[in-house]
Amino acid sequence: MTMSLGPYASFIVTSYAAAALVVAILIGWIVLDYRSQTRRLRELDRSGITRRSGRSAMDRP
Amino acid sequence: MTLIDLANPTRFLALTTRVLPWLAAATVILLAIGLYQSALAPDDYLQGATVKIMFIHVPNAWLSMFVWGVMSIASLGTLVWRHPLADVAAKAAAPIGAAFTFLALLTGSLWGRPMWGTYWEWDARLTSVLILFLMYLGLMALWRAVEDPSRAARAAAVLTLVGAINLPIIKFSVDWWNTLHQPASVMRMGGSSLDKSFLIPLLVMAIAFTLLFVTLHLAAMRNEILRRRVRSLQMMQASRIAFSSEMGAGSRHDNASKEIGAA
Repeated sequence: MTMSLGPYASFIVTSYAAAALVVAILIGWIVLDYRSQTRRLRELDRSGITRRSGRSAMDRP
Repeated sequence: MTLIDLANPTRFLALTTRVLPWLAAATVILLAIGLYQSALAPDDYLQGATVKIMFIHVPNAWLSMFVWGVMSIASLGTLVWRHPLADVAAKAAAPIGAAFTFLALLTGSLWGRPMWGTYWEWDARLTSVLILFLMYLGLMALWRAVEDPSRAARAAAVLTLVGAINLPIIKFSVDWWNTLHQPASVMRMGGSSLDKSFLIPLLVMAIAFTLLFVTLHLAAMRNEILRRRVRSLQMMQASRIAFSSEMGAGSRHDNASKEIGAA
């Protein structure tokens, strides 16, 4: 089965491609930010800096 | 787990760890179904295949307003209830809302060119959505400009609540003014005027994009909590260094005084 997009195919394809690109950038930014924050927390943990609660910065309940 | 329990950032982090994989999976499945249904949707008798842009444009346009609504509720949480996660939620939502608003403007423009003969028109709907996009950018700039998160939170909360005035303007702009943009065809008195063959894929895509927002928002909130944890630990580290260097300088000064006295 083929899908015909007519004479305005470029507008339709560009819309979907732009949405995919922007969503991919958002996901990439959030994943990279998470990695960056956890890496910094690990570095602080290694240097002996702990939270006031006494738990490690990386602790999760 | 109650809502009060989620006020504890550590518990919230634990919840996101459990929930995020399920939310991401549900988003991917629903997006796949929505895209498949959008591809199979028939051409419109007037617009032809360009009607397929609707399935991506309308969910983004809905979310552009929905996200500001979420930020407004979070702002009330900051100003009225002082909920510890309220400003985290508002700050984390802003870039995601800006991205959805950008996509609504871009896809609307790409839909407008073949249908209206122009990419842009300074009419009420388009201009009010552009203002919403600029407000998102302004809010993000404000968060970055003020270093202390709690001070930035209060200023951003006031700005968000003032900006919420724009939401009904966007919604009703097509009724209040003569605009190039078509009036509401889904959420309107008397029910949707869309045929089921368009309405069902549109609703599936709208739910999929809403799930996408929830997933990204929870992940961005988790990042913001970790960022604040990093910031407070770095401040603790800096104060320890300052304290130990002061102690070092103090003991050197004492030793120097003793040496002078002995001489």
